[in-house]
Amino acid sequence: MAYLELKNVCKTYEDASGGTKVLSNINLTIEEGEFVAIVGFTGSGKTTLVNLINGLIKPTSGEVLFKGEPVTDTSHERGVIFQNYSLLPWLTVGQNVYMAVKEAFPKESKEKLQAIVKDYVAMVSLSPAINKRPKELSGGMRQRVAVARALAMNPEMIIMDEPLGALDALTRGNLQDEILNIWSKDKRTALLITNDVDEGIYMADRIIPLKPGPNATLGPEFIIDIERPRDKTSLNDNETYKKNRNAIIEYLMDIGNERKSVSNETYELPEISPKSFVA
Amino acid sequence: MKQSITLNKITQLMGFGFLKPITALFTGKPQKEDIVNFLKKIIVPLLSILLFLGVWQGGSKALFNKEANFKIEKALADQGQAAADEIRACIASGEISCQPNTLPSPSQVWTSFKTLLEDHKVISADKLAFKEKTAVMNEKRIAAGKEPITYTGRPSFVDQIFTSLKTVFAGFLLALVIAVPIGVVIGLSTTLRSSFNWLIQIFKPVSPVVWLLLVFMIVKTLTKDSNSDSAFIISFISVGLCSMWATLVNTAMGVSSVDKDYINVAKVLKLGPMQKVFKVILPSSLPLIFTGLRITLSVAWMVLIAIELLAQSPGLGSFVWEEFQNGAIDSNSKIIVAMFIIGIIGFLLDRIMLTIQNMVSFNKNEGV
Repeated sequence: MAYLELKNVCKTYEDASGGTKVLSNINLTIEEGEFVAIVGFTGSGKTTLVNLINGLIKPTSGEVLFKGEPVTDTSHERGVIFQNYSLLPWLTVGQNVYMAVKEAFPKESKEKLQAIVKDYVAMVSLSPAINKRPKELSGGMRQRVAVARALAMNPEMIIMDEPLGALDALTRGNLQDEILNIWSKDKRTALLITNDVDEGIYMADRIIPLKPGPNATLGPEFIIDIERPRDKTSLNDNETYKKNRNAIIEYLMDIGNERKSVSNETYELPEISPKSFVA
Repeated sequence: MKQSITLNKITQLMGFGFLKPITALFTGKPQKEDIVNFLKKIIVPLLSILLFLGVWQGGSKALFNKEANFKIEKALADQGQAAADEIRACIASGEISCQPNTLPSPSQVWTSFKTLLEDHKVISADKLAFKEKTAVMNEKRIAAGKEPITYTGRPSFVDQIFTSLKTVFAGFLLALVIAVPIGVVIGLSTTLRSSFNWLIQIFKPVSPVVWLLLVFMIVKTLTKDSNSDSAFIISFISVGLCSMWATLVNTAMGVSSVDKDYINVAKVLKLGPMQKVFKVILPSSLPLIFTGLRITLSVAWMVLIAIELLAQSPGLGSFVWEEFQNGAIDSNSKIIVAMFIIGIIGFLLDRIMLTIQNMVSFNKNEGV
């Protein structure tokens, strides 16, 4: 049985003009312990897909199954790292994490919970900033808090919605390594949504492109068969890496071009000529 | 250095950012920039105050002359030259009985201010003496189960200020207690919001006077057979009802427009409904709630004067009204003193609220 399974999932946002079909016929299976990346253009429905999987929205048709059970609501088993950090600005770093931990382990004593908070804040190396508020932190630090918050709840599956999209290249690299470290330590299942092909190849076992919406659907998967731990510098010379990277980019370019030239309609131009004011 | 930073932070929080040049002059080496700032932010405002006083002085002088001439001409027309000369001499001599009654000059107002303070000293001394005198007797009366004798003399101007502050805070608390919970409930539910919207929209623009009359109708009947202070009750309830709308609307708006990201966080963390309200929705709408409360307090202070004036309840409003009815030679300048005191207290109340507002808002906005 697949760990997470999406069967013919469609999502339509209803509005006055009948609604826009964002996702159609999404079929996806993720096995336990796998790291899967979904790569797509901005606006192709990636966030909708994430929200379907974590239970924030329900599919219009089709099924989302998590460990064989249909997903109807959010769950502590699936930790989410949002694209825009979504930290509560009136709480300190510690309090933000504490709030999540307290919900995840309601029966534990306060001291135990505080200890968990400390551990996870230390894990993302933010111990000195534990009493600071999000506005005093840089973007990278905020995202690390979001990572700590999601992981402190000890979820079985980590869902990441473009978690590093807003960060600079250096911080991005560091955080990629941190996330990989955490993932490999106790082999949780991970789903990464990203727009960066390199990031996908560096981190994931499988990459699945998302064709751009409306009517977005998943493309053919690319298996990244590169030994872990992967090294960023030597990766550039790795044949598998090069091959996959080119294949994925080519594929994305193709669907990108397809999107541009999708209109077959020809417009009839009116028969007019400039009027002469001289004669 | 650290001291000056905290000092600056406090002044900034209180919206007294304009004091920064002064603190800079005292706490560190003044830079050239600081001196320019000092000129710009301290000297220029001081000049504008002087200009204001000058215009006031000139204006009151002109009004005084006009009123004096009118008096003289009237005497001339009614009683002849001799009476007119007498009045002219009387006005020039500064005799109180024949001074024209018009806008007082700044110096007159200042004198009245000092008189009022003197008056307060006298009355406080009186009160103290009364208390000492009756202390023994009151003990006996209480022991005998009778009401103690209380001072029933005329309140001083300073007493009136405190009475007004008491009323405004009672009204403000009433507004807070009513408007915030209702605002939260209305903000949470679109159904309730649309069903109560008409009520809010209709009652929001109703004038303080009408609220006063409405409250009067109800409270008068309710307090018929008790000897409680119904004037105070009427005025504070009216103040509360007049001023609560800003808080109500702002709270409802704040609660209904919580950032979707925070709601998603609450869902992903699986917070219960109460937890969601108290840990996510309320904190995130606090800045708007406090904006509402700030407006409420300033509206409360503004309508308070009118309501006291009408309800005959003690306070600055009735002070102004009594002075106006009184018509003594320094009544006009006492009214102007009250005007400035009302303005200054209103300003201070607003600053206090602004300070609290800035402390609770998480996305730091500069003070207005």
